[in-house]
Amino acid sequence: MNAKSPIVEIRNISKSYRRDSQNIPVLEDITFDIAEGEFLALMGPSGSGKSTLLNLIAGLDRPDSGSILVGGVDIASLSESGLAGWRASHVGFIFQFYNLVPVLTAFENVELPLLLSGLSRTDRQEHVNMALGLVNLSDRMDHYPSQLSGGQQQRVAIARAVVTDPAILVADEPTGDLDRVSAEDVLALMDRLNREMGKTIILVTHDPVAAAKARTTRHLVKGVLT
Amino acid sequence: MFILKLVLRNTFRHKLRTALTILSIVIALVAFGLLRTVIRSWYAGVEASSASRLVTRNAISLTFPLPLSYRDKIRGVDGVKTVSYGNWFGGIYKDRKNFFANFAVDHKTYFQLQSEFILTPQEHDAFVRDRKGCVVGQKLAKKFGWEIGDSIPLEGTIFPGTWEFVLRGIYTGKEKNTDESLFFFQWDYLNETLKKTMPLRADKVGFYMIGVNDPGRAVDITVAVDRLFKNSLAETLTETEKAFQLSFISMSEAVIIAIRLVSFVVIIIIMAVAANTMAMTVRERTREYAVFKTLGFGAFRIMAMIFGESLLITMTGCVLGVVLTYPAAGAFGRALGDYFPVFEVDKNIFAVYAAASLLVGITAAVFPAWKAIRITIAEGLRRIE
Repeated sequence: MNAKSPIVEIRNISKSYRRDSQNIPVLEDITFDIAEGEFLALMGPSGSGKSTLLNLIAGLDRPDSGSILVGGVDIASLSESGLAGWRASHVGFIFQFYNLVPVLTAFENVELPLLLSGLSRTDRQEHVNMALGLVNLSDRMDHYPSQLSGGQQQRVAIARAVVTDPAILVADEPTGDLDRVSAEDVLALMDRLNREMGKTIILVTHDPVAAAKARTTRHLVKGVLT
Repeated sequence: MFILKLVLRNTFRHKLRTALTILSIVIALVAFGLLRTVIRSWYAGVEASSASRLVTRNAISLTFPLPLSYRDKIRGVDGVKTVSYGNWFGGIYKDRKNFFANFAVDHKTYFQLQSEFILTPQEHDAFVRDRKGCVVGQKLAKKFGWEIGDSIPLEGTIFPGTWEFVLRGIYTGKEKNTDESLFFFQWDYLNETLKKTMPLRADKVGFYMIGVNDPGRAVDITVAVDRLFKNSLAETLTETEKAFQLSFISMSEAVIIAIRLVSFVVIIIIMAVAANTMAMTVRERTREYAVFKTLGFGAFRIMAMIFGESLLITMTGCVLGVVLTYPAAGAFGRALGDYFPVFEVDKNIFAVYAAASLLVGITAAVFPAWKAIRITIAEGLRRIE
């Protein structure tokens, strides 16, 4: 049992998608909490709704019903621009396909979230150098994504996710496109971020090896959390 | 600053596609510029016409002559300062493809009235003294390599026979739009020859050119001149030189309208090309825009990226189009100099280029930008490039 207070409080959320005239339920009446500093793995078969749940927690999508409180803020009630601002400062994102901007260097990619923060150029440089140092890629800061391996690209993506020092990191299949060695590196890095920096990490994965790195594992089956 | 950097790098992300899009914009703009210049050249005669000159011709048609005796009667009309006259000669120099306009004109008065044709006093005197003398524009002289004193034979079509002339003067244009490809010789030479060979055609002129004291009274004078010859065998039609020139243009109005339409179609085509490029670009980057939104970038910044890229492409095309229009127009003018003696690009065309490029750039980006903003982050992230 985690003694810390919950950073994410999910209450009775449901979500469905419309395809043509059909209503397809994805999540049904989900209620659970995620404690601050937790490393949670969400597992489940394809189409079980785990990425949808992750998107809702991260403020990338809105539930049809129910509420999501993150750090005490009901994010479902925020406006689009309010939600964008909230995301920029509270959540770091790690994607399966890295999603780096190909025309920007590693440094510039990591700098992206800071451009909206109002920090000075010098401060931004300092933050980016620190984040790239954390993922051990200081020597690759001038490289473009196409000049980096998959594992290195994912580490740049992790640096981009942590550069604003968000409380929560969400990762959607972060090792899904990596070989075993690179995947181990990325998971070890996420473990460090959780243990040493206290980041709350929510990891969506198919991979039991990746899930084993998490402190807690929850399963989603047909939109129901077990 | 960051958006500018991103726009610049994104624009040249697919170098070939961007280069081809810019190339098509350049070609379309140059084609637009040339078509507009063709229309302008058509109106060059109108622009160059003087408000203080009237033209009198046979009321039936320009091909019907007027008696020489009308000259003194016209001179007697109140407000008339000078009366000159001439005939379209229609001579051919060596070959039909060497077409240029040639006129028999009254050597004593014609160049007084046509003050935009600049001749040195020596050349004018030499022309007046020599019955077989002729004067040509410097563009025409340059084209055939003629120099003062050269003998120039013309084969008559309306007035049969080989007519020999001696070049006595080369005029230059006072204005940029003055036609420097005309050929003039003494009307007396034509008339004296006709008296011997075809007496029935002698003492007849194709047109009178009237100089008036006060351009404000031009309308009254045209009415007065035509009234003089009402109910005669050769009734006249007098109009301002501008109206006379416009009446020529009206004969080819359908062609001019067609050229105008084509010039606008060209703009619509580049709009489609640019829109296609932007649609492809935005579709390919849907996931990237979703990532930007995820990181907190709002609709305004996403729009700035898309509109910026579209405008950078079209404005680059615009700048290159401006640079290439002059050499293209020069080559076009040289190749078709016989048909367009004055082929000058209007400087205002570049403002039109800029406006068209701006319009195309904005229009091409509207729909892709709207789509990029409208798509949800979750949906955008699911898109595969």
